[in-house]
Formats: sequence, structure tokens, C-alpha cells
Amino acid sequence: MSPENLTPDPLVKNLVFMNSVDYLVNLTRSNSVWPLTFGLACCAIEMMATGASKYDIARFGSEAFRATPRQADLMIVAGTVTHKMAPRVKRLYDQMPEPKYVIAMGGCVIRGGPYVKYGYHVVKGVDLVVPVDVYVPGCPPRPEALLEALFKVQKLMRREKILDRTRKTTKPEVYRPAAPQAV
Amino acid sequence: MPEVKTEEMLLNMGPQHPSTHGVFRVVIRTDGEMVLESESHIGYLHRCFEKVAENNNYLQVVPYTDRMDYLCAMANNLGYAQTVEKLMKLQVPERAEYIRVIVTELNRIASHLMAFGTYGMDLGAMTPFLYAFRDREMLLKIFEKLCGQRLNYSYIRVGGVTFDMTDEILADIERFCEYFEPDILKEYNDLLSYNGIFISRAANVGVLPVDLAISYGVTGPSLRGSGVARDLRKDEPSSIYDRFDFDVMVGSGEMGTVGDCWDRYMVRVREMTESVKIVRQAIRDIPSGPFCDKKAFRGVKPPKGEVYHKIEGARGEVGFYLVSDGTVKPYRVKARGPSFCNISVLDALTSKGDCMVADMVAIIGSLDIVMGEVDR
Amino acid sequence: MGLESAQIHQIVKEKFADSVLEEAADAVDPFIVVKPGVIEDLAYFCRDDTRLEFDLLSCISGVDYPERNVIEVIYCLDSTPNKHWLIVKVVLPRDNPRVRTVENVWRTADWHERETYDLLGVTFEGHHNLIRILCAEDWVGYPLRRDYVMPETYRGIRNVVY
Repeated sequence: MSPENLTPDPLVKNLVFMNSVDYLVNLTRSNSVWPLTFGLACCAIEMMATGASKYDIARFGSEAFRATPRQADLMIVAGTVTHKMAPRVKRLYDQMPEPKYVIAMGGCVIRGGPYVKYGYHVVKGVDLVVPVDVYVPGCPPRPEALLEALFKVQKLMRREKILDRTRKTTKPEVYRPAAPQAV
Repeated sequence: MPEVKTEEMLLNMGPQHPSTHGVFRVVIRTDGEMVLESESHIGYLHRCFEKVAENNNYLQVVPYTDRMDYLCAMANNLGYAQTVEKLMKLQVPERAEYIRVIVTELNRIASHLMAFGTYGMDLGAMTPFLYAFRDREMLLKIFEKLCGQRLNYSYIRVGGVTFDMTDEILADIERFCEYFEPDILKEYNDLLSYNGIFISRAANVGVLPVDLAISYGVTGPSLRGSGVARDLRKDEPSSIYDRFDFDVMVGSGEMGTVGDCWDRYMVRVREMTESVKIVRQAIRDIPSGPFCDKKAFRGVKPPKGEVYHKIEGARGEVGFYLVSDGTVKPYRVKARGPSFCNISVLDALTSKGDCMVADMVAIIGSLDIVMGEVDR
Repeated sequence: MGLESAQIHQIVKEKFADSVLEEAADAVDPFIVVKPGVIEDLAYFCRDDTRLEFDLLSCISGVDYPERNVIEVIYCLDSTPNKHWLIVKVVLPRDNPRVRTVENVWRTADWHERETYDLLGVTFEGHHNLIRILCAEDWVGYPLRRDYVMPETYRGIRNVVY
């Protein structure tokens, strides 16, 4: 339903823009994603480098890295999650208001990374604790890879509906394996 | 006049905090803004390095060593490689020694730039962080050209280095040294070091007396800030550090007392000049020849025995205690991270009674810790 | 420069003649083995004697030898003014490893001993706060022992995925 069909008046065509409320709300939401500062280990340094001047993340809307989860809507888990830290990760995730998204950055939070076989104290993947939307492989991933992950989250946001703003249908699940899998 | 009720408060500076430099938790008992007592809790990044090292062979342990102190990964690699070479009595080619010194000193500059930037950010100054990262990105570009990685290099291995340093890279490093010193260091001093607000927040705060520091095992720039001229590159030089001419920077109480946060911070800034001096001398004298011992690269099997070797990392004394039983896997590798001992002095510094909650942030930042090597 | 390793061993053997069990002078890093009961007096002597002046404790590490049924605890000492070093070893029985603490001599031993207790199970008598430092508070077992088996789950989170 473009303005051309409704009226051929050139003034209306250039000044009136029609689309759904979903589109408009999602456009503004996705261009202003505020991450939570959750750097744990080496990947945190690459996250800081993404926020610095060369690979500026502020030009994509993530200007403000909030320190408190109550004001953030994206949690970038950057670095290894250990069993001592896992309850705190869950608590921080629960404190974030809906709709919230999680990027798992680095090899350690995707199935344990280099510590998968002999790391007794390492949680083998943060998706055993919180539901993850985007995984970024790398050890550590380049800043450009983190920016690509941010674009994927923005794409996810643009597909959502305002009537489902608590993400009941689109949120992924926490991974609960029943028994050890064969390699 | 009604009585004002005051009581003590237990405050948790939790593992997730914007200025605790990683996952570090402090429980503080405060009386208003004054800190009465603090208790540190570590272990939130315990990644089982020692158990992993027992189950992998000597070459496979190298990537795990540079994830310990991820900001100065070359120093960790160097310490581990030199420990195994000491046990095997292996001689590394000359060119490899010079390349090792060049990359370790460049990594020291990158690490101190990071410390400078994040310390400014902790105390509220956002701009030095961006300037520091601008120069750090130049160094990371050189490292990426050299070995393909920006952060966890695994470049220095037992027997030499992985890739040769071409003339193009040497020219890049020389250009960086020309650009960095002295103009940029003068710019950093103008930005942050002699700023009135920075001085009032960092001088006379967290004064570390010498006997307390040595008793707690503090080493590196944190110890040199208290006036002790102990630098393992001069005291127990390993490989070819005795061929270079450089000074040991010591804190002198310029802005306040000897051993305060400002002294520790200034030691780091001034050490960057010395590192550039060493890099320039190494580039001038580097010989040609092989860059690795090819037989050692395929796999090593040290004889039975034990050895303890330590080198000067960016944060202090990095030590490796290696027990070998003659097989391809080490029997026991114990890594001594300098930040483990540096951060243990925090509880003693804050229980003196003149520390405020905001000063704690200044002290933690000036001790320059990396949680990867505290928890290993 | 400071004294040679052989001279340092000689000074220690003069004071603690019957407690020095073994002296390895020709190894890559020479060390001495002493009886567990004398470690605290030896620590005070090493720190306070004017010829030695070992004021910096670099690290305390423990090694598990299940075939010999012992756990060794190794103290690496360093001297800031004299620039010499010493390695002292203590051999403990594996089923009940106990030794006196040296945290009153060097304050850094506090955390190092807690780490050795956490990972290997060595009890340091006299320590004011011997609790786990690196692993989680309710972790079961001593991970660095050679016969340690990784737990399958911990608090509901699956630990062994493969």
C-alpha cells in the first residue's frame, strides 16, 4: 500500500511514509541496543577494542555500555564462565528487563572451547545457564566478528512483533543434555 | 537534638563491576564512606591450567600459557619456553633470542598502554582510553602481520619462534618507535599524568611500604613504585637481556608519598620509554640466521628433573615450576602469576583506616591486575 | 651477587644438621629436602639470618606422587638485597598431609597455602583461615591429585558434555 496507489499528489508522496507500527518500533529499537559490560576474560579485551576508536561500536547505536543489568538489553558474555561464576551469570540475566538478548562471544562459551576436556571448573558453554541468541566463534573473535553478531541481533529484533514483546515465541531454550554425547 | 543513628554496612563489590578489572569480588565493611575492612574473593576465572598442562604434551601447553595473562601473552610464552629449555639445556639460535626480546618488549608497551587507558577510565577520564587504544591498535596490527593473532599469540615456543621477522615488519616496528617516542609519551603526560584532578585522586592514596610489599610477594611495577629497584631483567637476566642498556624506573614520591598510586602509575608510563630503547637496540643488532630449532619444534622430551624459572612480565615476576618425568607430557607445571600476589596486598592496604570506597577503585587500578593469572 | 647454592646449603646444614634429609646439589636447580616438623623454624632462620636474607617467597607448589605415596610441598625462596635463591622441599604422606604454616613469616604464604589446600588437600596447621580459594566453596574433592575424576554435574549444570 504505497502512497502512489492512494493518491497521485506529489506532496503526499514525498512527505508521507506508511508502514506498520511493528516496523517503526523495531527500527528504533534495533538501532539503539545497549550492551551490558560483562567481560570475563580475554574476549573482554576484544570487546573493549570494539568499543574503542578503530572498530567503533557506537556508530551502530551501542554507544552506552551500561554497568547495571537493569538498564541494558543485550548481554555479551565475553570470556570463560566457571562454575563459581555461573550463578552470578544467571542472576544478572534474570535482572535484565524483557526483551533481552544474549551474544555468546568466544570459544569458551560455546561448548567450553579449549577447556572442554580437562577443565573441571569450566562450564562447557554458557547456553547451559542462559538462553543464547547468537554465537561468535573465535579465540578471541575479531572485533569485526562481534560487529557482525550485533548485526544479527539487530536483524532478530527487526523480525519481532510488538504483541510478543516478551519474546515468548522467539526466545531460544537453555541447553539441557541428558547424557554425555559421543565425540 | 535527636541522635543520628549510624551503623556499619557490608557492601559487595561484586564479580561484575565496571572497575574491578575482571571477575574480582571484594566484600567491604564500611562506616559511611570510610572502609574499615575488606575481604577479597578470587577464583571466578579458575580455568584449571595446571590440570590441563598435565594431560597435554609440551607443545600443546603453549596456547594455555598465553591465556593466563592475556594482555602480555608473549611474556608468558617466553617464561614457559625458557623453563623447558633450561631443563633440557637447549640452546636457541641468536636471531630467535633477538626476536623474542623485541616482541616481549613491544607487548610490554601494549600492556602498559592498556593499564594507562583503563586506569584513566576507572577514575573518570574517558579520553585517555581512546588515545591508548589508538596506539595499541598499531601494535596489534604489527603482531597480526607477524603471527596472525591479535591477542593470544602462541608465538614463542620451545626452541625458538614460529615465524621469521621479515624486513618489512622490522621497518614497521622502527616506524612505530619513531612515532611513539617522545611525542606520544609527552601527549600522555599532558593528558593525564599531571592533571590536577588525577593527582588529587591518585597521590597519597594506597601507600605501600616496602617491607609490607616484599612480605606479600609484590613484584614488578607495583614494587618499583615503592622505591625498590628490583627488575628481573637486570637482576637475573635470562637469554640476552644483559646486552641491552636501559634504566630501571623507580617511584620517588614526586607528587605525594613514595609508594602511592601515582608512583605506580608513573613507573608504568616511564617504562614504556625504556622498552622502546631496548627495541631500538635489538633492531640495530639483530643477526641473520635460523629462527627456530626445527627438531625441538616437532616435539620435545626433556630429561627427568625439576626446575623453577622466572622472568619479568609486564606485571611482575612470572614463574614456572616444571616437574618432568621423561615423557612427552609434563608431570606438573605450576604457574606463578604476579597478579596473584599483587592483589593479596589489597586487604592490608584498605584496613589502615584512611581509605574511602572511591580510593579502593584507585588502588585496584594502580596494582594493574589481570584475573586470568590470578586464578589461572 | 649473592652466595652460591652449595654455600647456602652449607649454612642451612650447619644450623639444622639432623633435619636436612637430602641435598641435590648437581640438579639443574639445586634443592634441599627437610623434615616437615622443622619448616617453620627454617623459615624464620632463612628470613632473619644476615647472610641469607630470604625475604621474598616466590611460590609454594605441591606435587602429587601416587606411586611413592607422598605429596611434596616445594617452597621457592628469593632474596631481594642479595640476589640469590633457594628451593626447599618437604615430603608428606599422601593419606594425611599436614605441615606447619609459614604465613607468619611471609604474608604471601597465606593465599599460596590456601591454594595448595584447595587443589591438593594439604592441611597447614595454624593457618587462620584455611578455606577454598580458587574452586567454588562447596566443591568436592582435590582436583590436582592424579586420581581425581571430574564430577558429572555440579548444581544441576552438566559438567561432562563429551
